[in-house]
Amino acid sequence: MPPEPTDAVKQGAATPAAAGGTPRPVEPGSRAGGRARALLHGLGPLLGLIVLCIAGTVLNGDFATLDNVMNVLTRTAFIGIIAVGMCFVIISGGIDLSVGSMAALIAGAMILVMNRLAPSLGSPTSVIALGIGIALLLGALFGLAHGLLITRGGIEPFIVTLGTLGIFRAYLTYFADGGALTLDMELSDAYSPVYYANLLGIPIPVWVFLAVALVGGLILNRTAYGRYVQAIGSNEQVARYAAVDVNRIKVLTYMLLGICVGIATVLYVPRLGSASPTTGLLWELEAIAAVIVGGTALKGGSGTITGTVVGAVLLSVISNILNLTSIISVYLNSAVQGFVIIGVAFMQRRRK
Amino acid sequence: MKSVLRKLALGASAMAALLTASGALAQTQNQVNMGVAIPAATHGFTGGIVWWANQAKKDLEKAHPGLKITVKTAANAPEQANQLQDLLTVNKINTLVIFPFESASLTKPVAQAKGKGVYVTVVDRGLTDTSAQDAYVAGDNTAFGRIAAEYLAKKLNGKGNIVALRGIPTTLDNERMDAFNAVLKNYPDIKLLDARYGNWNRDDAFKVMQDYLTRFKQIDAVWAADDDMAVGVLKAIEQAKRTDIKEVFGGAGAKGMVKTIMEGKNKLIQADVSYSPKFIYDAIKLTAEARLKGEKLPPNTIIPSVLITKENAKDFYFPDSPF
Repeated sequence: MPPEPTDAVKQGAATPAAAGGTPRPVEPGSRAGGRARALLHGLGPLLGLIVLCIAGTVLNGDFATLDNVMNVLTRTAFIGIIAVGMCFVIISGGIDLSVGSMAALIAGAMILVMNRLAPSLGSPTSVIALGIGIALLLGALFGLAHGLLITRGGIEPFIVTLGTLGIFRAYLTYFADGGALTLDMELSDAYSPVYYANLLGIPIPVWVFLAVALVGGLILNRTAYGRYVQAIGSNEQVARYAAVDVNRIKVLTYMLLGICVGIATVLYVPRLGSASPTTGLLWELEAIAAVIVGGTALKGGSGTITGTVVGAVLLSVISNILNLTSIISVYLNSAVQGFVIIGVAFMQRRRK
Repeated sequence: MKSVLRKLALGASAMAALLTASGALAQTQNQVNMGVAIPAATHGFTGGIVWWANQAKKDLEKAHPGLKITVKTAANAPEQANQLQDLLTVNKINTLVIFPFESASLTKPVAQAKGKGVYVTVVDRGLTDTSAQDAYVAGDNTAFGRIAAEYLAKKLNGKGNIVALRGIPTTLDNERMDAFNAVLKNYPDIKLLDARYGNWNRDDAFKVMQDYLTRFKQIDAVWAADDDMAVGVLKAIEQAKRTDIKEVFGGAGAKGMVKTIMEGKNKLIQADVSYSPKFIYDAIKLTAEARLKGEKLPPNTIIPSVLITKENAKDFYFPDSPF
C-alpha cells in the first residue's frame, strides 16, 4: 500500500503534474472547500488555545495577568524546546521515547562536572559556560548514538529509545546514589539568572524558546535538509530513489533533538539547581503530545513548528487553569488534560 | 572455618558482656536466614530505603553471627514477586522483611512464603490481606499530617491562610490529608485555601505554588507535605518575591532540610516532621533480634513521626544517607 502523500511533500516538491493529478482523494469539485478545511485543520490547535484562554479568563481574572502568562510560557519552554526537536524526528517518521531520561541524565552530568570543576576553574562564569557546553555536547552525542543505532544498527526507533530511556535514568540514579544531585550554592546563585532573569520584561527561557522555534521553522521550511526530513517521513523509498542520503538525514534529526534536549536542560538546571531520579519524568509523552496536538501526523511526513509551539503552550495552559480554579475535583486533573488532547486532535483530524 | 569460629566466639563474648550467659547461648542457637525485598532506588525516598537496608545488613550481620541477610531490590511488582521465589528456593530464607512494591499484587506471593513457614514482616505499604503477614512495621502517616497542622496552627496563632500540596493520589496521601484537616477543624480562623497534587515532585510543586501565588494574594503558611516539594515551593516564593508567607512546612526529614533547620539558614523553614526511610532499618533490626531470640514481633509497630526543630535536628541528620 503506497503511503498517502501529504501537504508538506506537495509544497516541498510541487510540480505542475502533481498539482494536476492530485494523488489525494478529494471530493469532486471541492478544491476551495478542501482548502478551507485544510486551513481549519491548521487552525485547530490555535482555536483550542483561544477557547481555553477565554475560559481561563472567565474562571479566574488573574489568568490573563502578565505575570501568569509569563509563568506559563516560561514553564512551557522546556517541553516546547524539546517538542521542536521532537517535531523533526516525528516528521521524519521516527520517535524518541528517551528525552525525559536524557534531560535528567544531562542535568545530573552537568551538575556533577560543574561541582567537581568549580574549585579549580575559579570564576563561576567559566564553570557555567563549561556546563552549558557539556549539556549541548552530551545531547548531540546521545542523539548521534540513537541515530547510528537506528540507521546502521537497523533497530526500530521505538526500541532503541525505549532501551536508552531505561539506561539514561538508571545512570542518573546511580550517580545520585538514589537521592538528588544538587548544584553548589555559589554556582547555583550565579547560574540562576539564566532561568529567572528578564530581558525587556520577558524571561530568558521564553526568549530561548522563541529562538529555537524560529530556527526550527527556518530549518524545516527553508532548507534542503528540512525538505529531505519531510520527504523521508512521507515515503522513505521514494526519497532513497531521489538520491537523498536517508541515513545521514535521520542521524541529523536525532542529533538535532538531542541538542534541543541539551538546551532545555541548560534552562532547567538553574530553576531548582538539582537533578533527581524524578527529573523529567514523562517529558517524552508531553513533548510527543505537544507535537501531535500541534497537527503533526504520528506516522510522519508533515507537520509544522508553529503547530508544535501552540500545542506545547496549550498543554501547559490546561494545567495552569486547573490550578487556578477549583471547580473540578483534583482527582480529575489528568482526565481533563486527556479530554482536551483528544478534543483538539479531533478538531484537526485528517480526511481519509 | 577458623575465622567463623573466631567470629562466633567474639560475638558470643560480646553478648555475654551485655546479657546473661544463658541468654547469649539461646541467641546463638537460632539461625536466622533473612531475605529483605525492597523497591529499587528510583527517587529520593526509595534511595534512602535501599541505603538503610544495606546499612542494617552491615551492622546486624556484624553484631549477630547467627544472622544472614540477603537484600533484593526490584523495579516493579512482578520483579519483586520473582525475587521472592528466588529468596525461597535459592537462598532458603526462614525470615522475610518486605517493603511491598504494590499492596494488592504482592499479597499472594507473600502469603505463599508464609505458608512455607517463613516469618514475614511487612513494612510501610501494607498487604491487602493482613493474614499473609506476621508483623507490620510502618511510619505514622496520621501523625505526619497531624503534627504539621498542629505546628502551623500554633505558629499562626490560630489565624491565617494556608495552602497545601499533596503527594500522589494514594491512600497514604489521603490519610495524611485527613489528619491535617481534622486538626484544622479546631481552628475556625485558619483557612485552608486549596490542596493540589504536587506528586512528591519538585517541578510539579514549583508549578502548583506559582499558580497559588497568582491566585491568592495573602498566604500565611504552606504545608508542602514533603521535603522535595518544599524545595520547589521555596523557589516559587523566591521568584515571586512574596513576603506574606511566614512558614513552609515540608515533611519526611530529608537530610538537606534537616541541615537547613539545624543551621537556621532559611527563616521560612523552621521545622519538619520525620518520616525517615530509616524505618526499614528499624524493621530489619526488630525482626532479626526477635527471631534470634525465637520471639515474635507485636502485630503492629508504628515508628513514630516526630516534630523536628532546631533543638533536636541533629538526632535526625544522617549525612551519609542519600536521603
